[in-house]
Amino acid sequence: MNKVIKLRRGLDIRIQGVADGSLRAPAFFHEDYAVKPVDFWDMRPKLLVEAGSVVKAGTPLFYDKNREAVKVTSPVSGTVTEIVYGPKRRIEEIRLKADKEMAYETFTAYSAADLAAWDGSKRDTAVRQLLDAGLWAFIRRRPYDTVADPQRRPRDIFISCFDTAPLAPDMDMLAHGREEDFQAGVDVLRTLTAGKVHLGLHVQKNNAVAFTECKRAELHYFEGPHPCGNVGIQIHHIAPIDKGEEVWYVHPQDVMIMGRLFLKGRYDATKIVALAGSEVIRTSYHKVLAGVSVRYFLQDNVKGMERGLEVLDGDNRHSVDGHPADIRVISGNVLTGTKISAQGYLGAYDHLISVIPEGNRFRFMGWMTLGLNMFSFSKTFFSWLFPQRTYRIDTNVNGGKRAFVLTGEFEKVLPMDIYPMQLLKACITQDIEAMENLGIYEVAPEDFALCEYIDASKTDIQQIIRDGLELMRKEMSE
Amino acid sequence: MLRKFLDRIKPQFEKGGRFAFLHATFDAFETFLYVPDTVTVKGAHVRDGLDMKRAMIMVVLALMPCFLFGTYNVGLMHYNALGESAAFWPTFWFGCTKVLPMLIVSYVVGLGIEFIFAQYRGHEVNEGFLVSGFLIPLICPPDVPLWMLAVATAFAVIIGKEVFGGTGMNIWNPALLARAFLFFAYPAHMSGDEVWVADATSGPTALASVSQGQAANLPDLSQLFFGFMPGSVGETSKLCILIGAAILLWTGIGSLRVMLSVVLGGLSMGLIAHAAGATVATPWQQLLMGGFLFGAVFMATDPVTSAQTNWGKVIYGFLIGVLAVLIRVFNPAYPEGMMLAILFMNTFAPLIDYLVVNRNIQRRQRRLKLKNATK
Repeated sequence: MNKVIKLRRGLDIRIQGVADGSLRAPAFFHEDYAVKPVDFWDMRPKLLVEAGSVVKAGTPLFYDKNREAVKVTSPVSGTVTEIVYGPKRRIEEIRLKADKEMAYETFTAYSAADLAAWDGSKRDTAVRQLLDAGLWAFIRRRPYDTVADPQRRPRDIFISCFDTAPLAPDMDMLAHGREEDFQAGVDVLRTLTAGKVHLGLHVQKNNAVAFTECKRAELHYFEGPHPCGNVGIQIHHIAPIDKGEEVWYVHPQDVMIMGRLFLKGRYDATKIVALAGSEVIRTSYHKVLAGVSVRYFLQDNVKGMERGLEVLDGDNRHSVDGHPADIRVISGNVLTGTKISAQGYLGAYDHLISVIPEGNRFRFMGWMTLGLNMFSFSKTFFSWLFPQRTYRIDTNVNGGKRAFVLTGEFEKVLPMDIYPMQLLKACITQDIEAMENLGIYEVAPEDFALCEYIDASKTDIQQIIRDGLELMRKEMSE
Repeated sequence: MLRKFLDRIKPQFEKGGRFAFLHATFDAFETFLYVPDTVTVKGAHVRDGLDMKRAMIMVVLALMPCFLFGTYNVGLMHYNALGESAAFWPTFWFGCTKVLPMLIVSYVVGLGIEFIFAQYRGHEVNEGFLVSGFLIPLICPPDVPLWMLAVATAFAVIIGKEVFGGTGMNIWNPALLARAFLFFAYPAHMSGDEVWVADATSGPTALASVSQGQAANLPDLSQLFFGFMPGSVGETSKLCILIGAAILLWTGIGSLRVMLSVVLGGLSMGLIAHAAGATVATPWQQLLMGGFLFGAVFMATDPVTSAQTNWGKVIYGFLIGVLAVLIRVFNPAYPEGMMLAILFMNTFAPLIDYLVVNRNIQRRQRRLKLKNATK
């Protein structure tokens, strides 16, 4: 085995409700889907369909005005029912009603042996098919953490094959039985880069042959707490990004969808999604299509909601143990995910639905209680007496906003050769040169999510990093 | 019920309400009673249980042993000097009559100013002064006139903190600044040679004995360690300081790097000075005398005014230790060097950080150059 990169710094938040290992196929037909242009946050979407349009799986729904070749397509065949606009006529959702029988747009199919022989000369073929099928949008880049530009050639492509985030799905579960799809996806991605395709694997967690036996890619083994599974952390330890360089990354499940596109010649958006969180009655994995409505999984499956999901409408109000309580449904993990309603839809880049309690309640004398029920990175709560316990963590901020006071804390959860506090301050003061010097190219908001979590000053750190990256992007006219 | 009462009176303190000018004050008391019900809007959906209030309270908790012992010790020194002996409670009570007024003055003056500034700036009241205000009485001799203490506190809070933008932005440790203010503005009271032990009498401190070369007058090590001797309120008992240090380190609020490196710096400089014959005090005595340990545990570790990078903290701490002993040994005018050493290194902490961070920057630039060269 290769050498293992051991990371010590980080934190596994001990939150209740990890998805149990059962996989559920859809018990009944799922009709409601949506594609959310806001998920591709740096795009300026231009619609290609309107309410009433009939689409197949793989029919373009909109393209990006910044890079017109980049399209996003429908994951299902059916009808567009509604276009939902937000403030300033921002397109928030394109809602779809699926047909019982799925019809697919046809793309070129290749054999696995063909794909294995592909090299850089097939780049244009690969790019065109990925763009046409709407899968290009799932290739993202560092620095700046945006959708990749098809005209560029990245230094390397990275795939993190494990997820260490709170409640994260077990990637082996997602890859089980899909070895061919994954290998095909890797072979396609290989043509895009001048360098290599790098896989980041966890020493103990990753046993799926799709990853461990993957060919024509370089395997790197990691060990450590969250954020070890973040692709940004892995890039930093495998081959850090310098000024002027660009690397791409793709989620393994999207790699499999890409592989399927090239093997079968159609956009089959099937993915496995974990349903987790302390408020879920039966946590599990679900085999679904991208963009599915989460209400199918939450119906009769959220604690204290015997009266049905309808009462959830509006402000998600329901009761737990007779007390009024709220829940928060998150597409993605609790650190970086997006808040959606209980009737909302799975986000484009997400493979997890987390349901946790809202924290809109006052806590009496919070600064002096024993805090047996409070999970904390510090040992200021007596919960440190129970190192094995998991906690029902809610969305309360647990304090007021302050100036940065404590120091040396962020370093403990950011396993990179970067000074987080100094970089944050450079971002806040918009000091371009300092940001560049301190390594802004190597980071993305998600890498700082744990800093945001532990920050006693309750600062919105991910937003600061995002703003810094955006400023940088403008400055470099990227 | 309390919650209901707060909810009822809350609107009056909000914008347009009758007491809107007291908004910050109401907010401070409300959040003191209840952690607010705000939920996350942006970024991470869950946040750590630790907030600034809890962090600061932990420091105050860690200071408690020093405070309680210090209070008792004030009484003990009083009765010792009079040649009387008293039971535990009367002794403690006498200490209270000396120490509590100092604490009240420091809190009332300091928090008063903080509240005014918070109101004026539209901030929430910052918890930083809970610690500073607790430290100030602990590092002053118990005989300091209360009006002086009030002036010093006001100086520290306004000039030391608020002019820089409030908690988190200050350059010098506010509590030490108050002490320094007293030291330079009223030197007759605070020379450090002689310290108040009881009404109308005073005795030499251990440090003064050393600087005059009278090794024989030194208390023995165990007395220095347990702290039954004259000195500033909080600094005498090293045992209590170590208990405090343990609390700070275990909860993760205090920095082990700073504490250890200060001690190391002090020991090594003490060793050199002792070996060179410049002082009669052994390195161990240097460590246990005066405010050295108290400064190392509670003052140097102040996260705002210390160096912020991990290596910076080590360098910063080591230099504090070295400087403190250096001042003690070679500057006859100031027998106690800890205060000046910390304030001095507070000033240079940003410079140390700059150098440490620069190494990281250079590493990154070298990597880039190497790559461009091989291209």
